Amino acid sequence: MNNEVLLAAYVFVLAGFLGLELIGRVPSTLHTPLMSGSNAISGIVLVGSILVLGTVESVALQAVAFLAIVLASVNVFGGFVVTDRMLQMFRKRPTSGAAAMTMTTGTGGERGR
Amino acid sequence: MIENRLDAAIDISYLVAAVLFILGLKGLSSPATARRGNQLAAVGMAVAVIATMVTPGLENHLLMIVAMAIGAVLSIYAAQTVKMTAMPQMVAIFNGTGGAASALVAVAEFMNRNDLDRGGIVTIVLGTIVGAISFTGSMVAYAKLQELMPGRPVVYPAQQIVNAALGIAIVVLSIMVVLGGDVDLGRALLVGVLVLALVLGALVVLPIGGADMPVVIAIQNSLTGVASVFTGLVLSNQALVVAGLLVGASGVLLSSIMAKAMNRSLTNVLFGAFGSVAAGGGGAAAQGEALPVRSVTPEDAAVPLAYAERVVIVPGYGLAVAQAQHVVRELADLLEQRGVDVRYAIHPVAGRMPGHMNVLLAEANVSYDDLYEMDVINGEFAKTNVALVVGANDVTNPAARSNPGSPIYGMPILDVDQAQQVIVLKRSMKSGFAGIENELFHKENTSMLFGDAKESLGKLVAAVKAA
Repeated sequence: MNNEVLLAAYVFVLAGFLGLELIGRVPSTLHTPLMSGSNAISGIVLVGSILVLGTVESVALQAVAFLAIVLASVNVFGGFVVTDRMLQMFRKRPTSGAAAMTMTTGTGGERGR
Repeated sequence: MIENRLDAAIDISYLVAAVLFILGLKGLSSPATARRGNQLAAVGMAVAVIATMVTPGLENHLLMIVAMAIGAVLSIYAAQTVKMTAMPQMVAIFNGTGGAASALVAVAEFMNRNDLDRGGIVTIVLGTIVGAISFTGSMVAYAKLQELMPGRPVVYPAQQIVNAALGIAIVVLSIMVVLGGDVDLGRALLVGVLVLALVLGALVVLPIGGADMPVVIAIQNSLTGVASVFTGLVLSNQALVVAGLLVGASGVLLSSIMAKAMNRSLTNVLFGAFGSVAAGGGGAAAQGEALPVRSVTPEDAAVPLAYAERVVIVPGYGLAVAQAQHVVRELADLLEQRGVDVRYAIHPVAGRMPGHMNVLLAEANVSYDDLYEMDVINGEFAKTNVALVVGANDVTNPAARSNPGSPIYGMPILDVDQAQQVIVLKRSMKSGFAGIENELFHKENTSMLFGDAKESLGKLVAAVKAA
């Protein structure tokens, strides 16, 4: 096995573990924004689309890469904007006596399983 | 020399982007930091894109900017105008476009390069297949959720065989692409793989019912991530690999959480649609008619609410369909002013995707501190005076606990029936998604308030004010 493949395998495995660890900590309250937010991150293929449009010669392939950029941009821009729109709606209860009581009995969110 | 420094800067930028994605996801572990997390991830994306744009040797920069502008304008408009109830569809579309882009990048790269080694070709073929399946699968999921096509499972004879045949054809063509020496033939074959994968992606989702679409979207999301990983491997770009894996992991975890909440295996969701739903409906409907139901007026229902110590509201998708989130919050505020402890009990599959109900209630200004997960609130029902069930059905059915013969037996439910009194707001006695009779509606401590959820809640608000 050459070094490059080995390195790729390391990145692959470690990033996979990290992903599962991170996502496992997200409370179910936030699962919809998590889905749309991680979806936006998968729009990283935009980077690939740009590299391809920047290197292909033929007009046909340029058209294909152009389309890929449009599609990937929809994924990226739409995904981040819609996630932000959702997250800005999540707000804490205005602090009061009742809120303190609720807090002691546990919130809907951060809890291990 | 300059070139080398630039290359190094670009590589480091990708690393920075990957770190920002990770920090972004970390931010999502609490509602307080989630928005910032999403913004960090967006900054990471910007860093990666800019680094890519300045890569030496690239051409067509103007075209790139135009293409991104088109995508940005279209999607930002959609993202800002979409209703929160339609969020699953929106995610499905965005996911589909990402998958399509992956497939197109893989195909274009294959057509453009002559120096690919066998490993590179394998990755390209996989990227094409996964991206294409994710694209058409997401689009069918979208069409079902948007009710552009029937949400019920679409089945036809020999469906499994057709899908299996398509799958085998894809594998065979793919092997030919990888082993084949002739460049032109290989290119033609890859287009064949692309087309077949597009067809397969749609066919696989057709027999899955509308209620299971959230799981499908989570899986598609995961696939799109995996497609990005393949693209990253082809282009030797670690940012794509890391980001794609993070997304892949999130999809895997979310789909299994959802499947567990519905008491089904992933295989059952994907391939088990045949006949199971129909059988469940038929068995239970027979005994349903004879059982008594206690119907109450809004005025009668308002009294126990107004004088309760604790009320737990159980919102279901029916609440969102009736656009009644704001009225329910109004009722909750009113009760709280009277000193009632009001909580919301959220089942993991309430709504149309994981966490959907939380978003819908957040939109109606319900604070997330008042939203309780199933595991936490279930112990509290016994200490609850009134459980107010609004447009939820199957997730409250005690048969899931007690009746081994029920199709939903074993599904985790909200133990609403343990409250002293249950008030169910429901349009009619029609069964829920699964077509199963709900014993809860016939229990002695249950009152039914029939009518449109929004209207009923409005009347309850008026009646509580008068109480």
